[in-house]
Amino acid sequence: MPTEIVVPVSLPSKAVVGRTGLWRVFRPVIDKDKCVKCWTCALYCMEDVIDEGPDGYPTIDYEFCKGCGICANECPTKAIEMVPEVRG
Amino acid sequence: MAKTVMDLAKGPKYVLPGTAACPGCGAQIALKWVLKALEGRTIFVIPACCTSVIQGPYPKSAFKFPVFNMAFAAAAATASGMARGLKILGRTGITVVAWAGDGGTYDIGIQALSGAAERNEDILYICYDNEAYMNTGIQRSGATPPGAWTKTTPAGKAEMKKNMALIVAAHGVPYVATASIGYPADFLKKIEKALSMRGFRYIQVFAPCPTGWNFPVDKTVEVAKLGVDTYVWPLFEVERGRLRITMRPKRRPLKEYIKLQKRFRHLTDEQIEELERAFLARWEALEKLEKQGTIFV
Amino acid sequence: MIQREESRGRWDIITGNHAVAHAARLARVKVVPAYPITPQTTIVEYIADFIARGEMDAEYIRVESEHSAMAAAIGAAAVGARTFTATASQGLLLMHEVLHWAVGARLPIGMAIVNRAVGPPWSIHVDHQDAISQRDTGWMITFVSSNQEALDSVLMMYKVAEDDRVLLPFMVCLDGFVLSHTFQPVHIPDQEDVDAFLPEYKPKHWVMDPDNPVTLGNLVMPDQDYMEMRWSIHEAMIKAKSVIKEVSAEFKDRFGRFHGDLVWEYRTDDADVIVVATGTLASETEEAVDVLRDKGESVGLLKIRSYRPFPIEDVVRIADGRKLLVVVDRSISFGQGGPLATDVRSALFTAGVDTPVVGFVTGLGGRDITYEDIAKMVAIAREKVRAREVRPVEWYKLKG
Repeated sequence: MPTEIVVPVSLPSKAVVGRTGLWRVFRPVIDKDKCVKCWTCALYCMEDVIDEGPDGYPTIDYEFCKGCGICANECPTKAIEMVPEVRG
Repeated sequence: MAKTVMDLAKGPKYVLPGTAACPGCGAQIALKWVLKALEGRTIFVIPACCTSVIQGPYPKSAFKFPVFNMAFAAAAATASGMARGLKILGRTGITVVAWAGDGGTYDIGIQALSGAAERNEDILYICYDNEAYMNTGIQRSGATPPGAWTKTTPAGKAEMKKNMALIVAAHGVPYVATASIGYPADFLKKIEKALSMRGFRYIQVFAPCPTGWNFPVDKTVEVAKLGVDTYVWPLFEVERGRLRITMRPKRRPLKEYIKLQKRFRHLTDEQIEELERAFLARWEALEKLEKQGTIFV
Repeated sequence: MIQREESRGRWDIITGNHAVAHAARLARVKVVPAYPITPQTTIVEYIADFIARGEMDAEYIRVESEHSAMAAAIGAAAVGARTFTATASQGLLLMHEVLHWAVGARLPIGMAIVNRAVGPPWSIHVDHQDAISQRDTGWMITFVSSNQEALDSVLMMYKVAEDDRVLLPFMVCLDGFVLSHTFQPVHIPDQEDVDAFLPEYKPKHWVMDPDNPVTLGNLVMPDQDYMEMRWSIHEAMIKAKSVIKEVSAEFKDRFGRFHGDLVWEYRTDDADVIVVATGTLASETEEAVDVLRDKGESVGLLKIRSYRPFPIEDVVRIADGRKLLVVVDRSISFGQGGPLATDVRSALFTAGVDTPVVGFVTGLGGRDITYEDIAKMVAIAREKVRAREVRPVEWYKLKG
């Protein structure tokens, strides 16, 4: 038996449905030679997994990236390639 | 608090990665931007819609801002109660947002929305329009465009899309705007304008859905831009009853928009032309309204 | 009612609706979303008046429907404001979906219901079908028999509802026109005395606050706490029984008035026959009890004040050892019988008490039931028991 009031209240958390990176069939890979750091990819990323890395370039959190490819489609210099996921 | 599009690309996260949203979800892009513009100083009322489920299951939530999940028809009424409660408790600086899909806005939610608009409640109502009841598996709504396939209109919807933004504007509220995730700078400007005002403010944002509209998941933003460029989704605002078109794109043929989405694949060339005429007629009506000065009081 | 003479405040001769409006004012409710419906209308008009004259500091939301009235009340309560609304009949039915929402979210919203029959056909007159139809929602449901009791019960139930052991919404029910529009002497308590009795509402379980963001109500899977949340609501209802008793005793202490707590007994001590009734049929039964006792019959009244939570223990205690229980319902669960009778029989059977129960359904659509009718029902009930003809439902005062 629960001993106190049980309320339908949830707390903020990452990974609410797990590591959504596992959903991917393709992964976005950024070519830093072509990248001009315009941050269009980070702007449009639907999962907010593109942040500024230590080298000043956009870096992708592959643990959660769902591989939708919007970043690659919108990148003005075509610096992002959607590469088939290889596991194992 | 004047923000730039760069603030929408960076900064603290309010929609935490690992949500239940489909890959390519347009609604989640819009949500991300709105929260960054608000810097989390908000309380959201979310009626039944995709965003209810995107949060993920108890005891966790993907959203790092206060969220009250509510029954389908009641978003605007609940938000009204919140805004009045905050006011009398003297808690300022918090924007109450009703965040609803097209179902909870155009159809089941329209009564509460109309009442809140008529009373000029101090809330920001944002409708993310993915043009069908997507959360229950793609059934038509009043926002579904004519010709579109849905599970309840397998031969294509017969009726024209409800002109919801003008319906809200006709209530004489301080601010109404349409926006698109294909044009973030225009969207941000409208959010900022809405946040600088008090009273009932309404933004209707075009949020393409790759799952329901049947287009490749990487094309969401492209479709959102094309919708504006083909005059399917005009970008305008109505400020204190005065209409202003905020973007006049070089018009692209409707076919470019249609052929990207399998929900339209059964349309004949003739039907596409008819559709194009219908959207063009709506655009021309907007241009006429723009010339009239203050039209909604 | 027991009334002590000396207390601060003032006397006035007012309707039940006016009394309820005074209670909302005295309770210092902060947000009132409301929609008019006969016979509740004057409640919201009096409140609008209080606010306009600066006698009440509250946000009044003139919503566009009852469903929105309750939704707005939920919104206001969710940010921590004490909230009040009122409705009747069709309006209450329209709110039904979101009544459940207030309970699941554990929001102690207050509401007055002016009982009125439901359509079709249209009826503006009293019966209890509207409130009884909300039986299973988790709202605490209290029926009153006088305008004074209406005022006092709204104040008491806010204290019960906001108690950490309860945290559930409540509705105080008063009979349409019979109380709502009838003038009775009412003592209106002093504001300071009410403030001392009812402190400010400060939710501790959860609140909407950007400085501490939480999500209320997202999806709960079967293996997670949905069932525990429902258990918690039922537990709160059970605990509410003791809280109602505590608060009623405290109210008596402070204000000198006692209407009963979960139940009110009248001349039950040595009674062979107990009439179980609620609302104004209960005050009518007090008259019937006096008349029958004058004739030498041994009858008493068990008035149900708290319909939910149902006072199982009090009913069993009072029914035990009697010759007969006569239950008078002013509503019906079609296909089963009177809701009070059903609950009474269930309580007795579970406790192994085999006092015969005859259940009447009467007074629907405002059909007038007086103390003479109550006396007749007692006579009919005696006969039914004697002839071994006790049925699930006895209809009384049906035409033809």
